[in-house]
Amino acid sequence: MRILSPFIAVLALIAVALAAAQVAGGQALVGIILPYLAFALFLGGFAYRVLHWAKSPVPFRIPTTCGQANSLPWIKQNKIDCPSTKLGVIARMILEVFLFRSLFRNTKAEIHEGPKLVYGSSKFLWLFALLFHYCFLVIVLRHMRLFMDPVPGFVAALEFGDGFMQIGAPVFYQTDAIFLGALAFLFLRRVVLPNIRYISLPADYFPLLLIFGIGLTGILMRYVFRADVVAIKQLTHGLATFTPAILAGQISPIFFIHVFLVCALLIYFPFSKLMHMAGVFMSPTRNMINNSRMVRHINPWNDPNIKPHSYASYEDEFREFMVGADIPVEKELPAQPAAE
Amino acid sequence: MYGKGRIIPALILFLGLVTSPMWYKSGDAGKMPKPEKPKDYTECVAPTQYMRTSHMVLLNEWRDDILREGGPRIGKTANGTEYVRSLQNGCMKCHSDKKKFCDDCHNYASVKPYCWDCHLQPKEAM
Repeated sequence: MRILSPFIAVLALIAVALAAAQVAGGQALVGIILPYLAFALFLGGFAYRVLHWAKSPVPFRIPTTCGQANSLPWIKQNKIDCPSTKLGVIARMILEVFLFRSLFRNTKAEIHEGPKLVYGSSKFLWLFALLFHYCFLVIVLRHMRLFMDPVPGFVAALEFGDGFMQIGAPVFYQTDAIFLGALAFLFLRRVVLPNIRYISLPADYFPLLLIFGIGLTGILMRYVFRADVVAIKQLTHGLATFTPAILAGQISPIFFIHVFLVCALLIYFPFSKLMHMAGVFMSPTRNMINNSRMVRHINPWNDPNIKPHSYASYEDEFREFMVGADIPVEKELPAQPAAE
Repeated sequence: MYGKGRIIPALILFLGLVTSPMWYKSGDAGKMPKPEKPKDYTECVAPTQYMRTSHMVLLNEWRDDILREGGPRIGKTANGTEYVRSLQNGCMKCHSDKKKFCDDCHNYASVKPYCWDCHLQPKEAM
């Protein structure tokens, strides 16, 4: 089953990390060598994918037109969904990147008695995707407290806002719960809806399960199994300043599972669908101005030596053969002097 | 390559942001917080490693037990020494300097406990 293999893969990653955390050498491997390797692969892979995409020519305008195009002056144009100016594209991209506008248009298809196929608006995917992405962003930024010293003010502000409800000690972060809840929705959506399950692949389940594992181990480390955060910062801050050191016996195994899964995500990232992080900016269907009727776009790899060949000149060139083959021509052959 | 003028600067900006902890003017990583230990006492209410990871949980347990369950004020360490289960009268009796003990690690790990929203801070810190 397509859901089983990614599930087993994540469990296997956890098992490997747990085994490695039992010995000092394994701790150095998971805590120092692997993070550097994963981060380098992430940066290199990310740049490679972006530059590879940048090599693809997009000679013609192919924006998705989601509204009325620029037309006659009395027809109202949809300036954001079918932009004909740079400003319109910028507005479209901002709404796409920050608010997932295209997901907002998500529809659902249902079969009712009859049988009757019914389409309807479905905002839940948009809502939970938005919650998931923003919580992930906040969580990543909060982690900067472990990599920077002194801790920047915006990180402290995020921590304060996130733990605003002051529940328990250590204080409970709202994003932790929303993050796992949104992930659970995105996962269950693929499992429960038969038409979505039909098109879901291991590459869809694996990142969801992996990120869920990361979130869960992080939450367990903070609230249940408890780890020595000073010893952890000593290691993580050491990683950021290239002087890593592991305080033997002070960091609990759950930390190494967490780090191992994060490294797996970093390595997996550039070679998977997660590259939509960069891809959203590079989608020609979103970031192009729809001005095909105002500006002439010339294919950049056209050979300049090949001149335009109009039909009239084509006929001039091949008229004899065309007449010989009984193909109608616009201009007849010049009258031949009658022989004999 | 197409769209160089926008893609290359954007890529450099992204890589710069992602690696920011590495070039951020970070302090010396070897500089560990060294909370000042009390001179007159050698034993805490629980083992050091437990106190390192879970002292905040212990404080919450004390609060719930004493205020909500009517639990005892007095606790006993593993060696039988009696202590007061209280932040101000228990913990701070030995660890009397908040700045040198509590804040040292809390600042390092960017933890802002809300103990002192209600509890009076020790005088020297005020």
